[in-house]
Amino acid sequence: MIPAVVVFLYLGVVLYIGIFAFRRAGGREEAEGYFLANRSLGQYVFLLSLFGTNMTAFTILGSAGHSFSNGMVTYGLMGSSSALVIPLTLYLFGTRVWALGKRFGFMTPVQMYRDRWECGHIGTAIFAVQATLLVPYIVIAVMGGGTTLNAVSGGAVPYWFGGLVVAAVVMSYVFFGGMQGTAWVNTFQTVLFLTFGAAAIVFIGVSIGGFPQAMERLADAPETAALLTRERVPPKFFFSYMLIPLSSIMFPHISIFCLTARRMGQFRKTVIFYPLCILAIWLPCTFLGLAANAMTDVPGIESKLEARATLAAERETLSPAETADLQRTAAGDDVIILMLEHYAPLWLAGLLGAGIMAAVMASDSQILALSTMFTEDVFAYYGGKTRFGSAVQVQTGRLFVVLIALVAYVIALQAPPGIFGIAVQYAFSGFTTLLPLLVAALFWRGSTKWGALAVVVWTAATMAAIAVLQAVVPAPPPGTVVPVWTLAGVDVVTRTPGGTDVLGYMPVLPMLIGSSLLMVVVSRLTPRPGRTTLARYFPAEPPSQRH
Amino acid sequence: MRNRLLAAAVLALYLLHQDFWFWNAARPLVFGFLPVGLFYHALYSLAVAGLMWVLVRFAWPAHLEADGQSATTLSDPPAGAGERT
Repeated sequence: MIPAVVVFLYLGVVLYIGIFAFRRAGGREEAEGYFLANRSLGQYVFLLSLFGTNMTAFTILGSAGHSFSNGMVTYGLMGSSSALVIPLTLYLFGTRVWALGKRFGFMTPVQMYRDRWECGHIGTAIFAVQATLLVPYIVIAVMGGGTTLNAVSGGAVPYWFGGLVVAAVVMSYVFFGGMQGTAWVNTFQTVLFLTFGAAAIVFIGVSIGGFPQAMERLADAPETAALLTRERVPPKFFFSYMLIPLSSIMFPHISIFCLTARRMGQFRKTVIFYPLCILAIWLPCTFLGLAANAMTDVPGIESKLEARATLAAERETLSPAETADLQRTAAGDDVIILMLEHYAPLWLAGLLGAGIMAAVMASDSQILALSTMFTEDVFAYYGGKTRFGSAVQVQTGRLFVVLIALVAYVIALQAPPGIFGIAVQYAFSGFTTLLPLLVAALFWRGSTKWGALAVVVWTAATMAAIAVLQAVVPAPPPGTVVPVWTLAGVDVVTRTPGGTDVLGYMPVLPMLIGSSLLMVVVSRLTPRPGRTTLARYFPAEPPSQRH
Repeated sequence: MRNRLLAAAVLALYLLHQDFWFWNAARPLVFGFLPVGLFYHALYSLAVAGLMWVLVRFAWPAHLEADGQSATTLSDPPAGAGERT
């Protein structure tokens, strides 16, 4: 129970930070103050907070769980690919979004798209799709909170109550503190979980007498040797997974966060240090998840390994219900917590549990982003700000924060396990598919609002198609696939245990190709924005000043 | 020329992520416990940080900073917002 007490203390601290930010603002802030911290974040808060915003339950619990089941491929799939792609997108796109935001006063990406393409309702369509894709990400955080509190309390805190506590705490400090409070909390949380990885590695390593023996055991055993390689992962899948981190800059909370920097120079350290932060978090989590396969003396892990072995040996004879039950038992989202409970002293398990909780609760920025988008892109755009004033706009944003937290909690209670799969299948693929919006808005004079609409409709349609396909065709047992559409003897679309493949690639590849083509083709067929607008976005300058 | 070299470096690093040469190799275990493929990707992350330093040092889009300072406020949404598509 001690770890649970430490975690609750931690929750109290982050709640206080949010309320402190509220008091500092005197409760009188304008919209730009509440939603963007007055565009005043310094470079260290900007770096740590932006990184923390990208690290969620998915990072620590999901990555360790994925590594436990799939092996070391997890780091290459999401860690090192993010290390390259995310800072690169911040460098190429984030800096430009910042400059346009500062210049024209944008507070959301949709405001930029509306102004850039001279559109109104198409901007609302972009808002609707972005908001729909963001909700699963928030749900993941609530689920992670429930899982974490349940695990660190040894089952004393039920899942539903853990999720409720996390949703309530996040909602409260976002409600009071807005972007300033959220940025401070994220900075505090990032420092916590940056120290988490190293501490967890050291204490677990010392407790089991070093990792070499454990890894040798895994490498020697036929049933686990593949976890130390990527032989179970097709290269096409690995290749297409590298498109997933492109989603980062399209997540509204990231692009909105780019607007909070005081100067563009704040991006410099973020771009350089981001890959190192990824290394510091993802490598220990991936490694610990992998090493968990050797820790058969941990009761919870032993039962997971037994469930996995049963699934592999008796998959033909198991009923669907039995298969689902075994898959739930074998899921590895809580392996890191189980290891800490078993190997770390109680007080340390509590501190490390707080570190995990810090990552789990990084949904604050997403909730604030949704609120910012709603109040700016819908409430203010359709006349609410003019009619009721800026103060009411901020209060509306706060009410929306409460509503989002409640909805996310209700969904989290119904959602199936497997943090990693849910996040990737819906939010990440969808936001990657939307990327041509940002690229075209920033770099292509010839892009049009109709091209933008085509991208949005394509994204919504393909996401819906995948959801329907996966609902209609149940997931096959591990190691098998079900052909869904075969053409001339070639399996074009297949249902896999983890989702859906198109010609062996993740669906995100054809989805991104499709949205890029649509942006180009539809834009070429439709009229451009007016000259005045284009001149504001693409002023004539000597080529030497651009790169 | 410099920008082309930097773009080539980014592309090279992108391709180096697909390290098919370590695909089926678990050994050697670097430092006695890190599978070689995992060690490669750890080194890869360090190389990315180096590349980012080079980009920031030699190709920083400083003109955007000046663009951002020449602030012109976004006009309020038009009263007849519904008139826009």
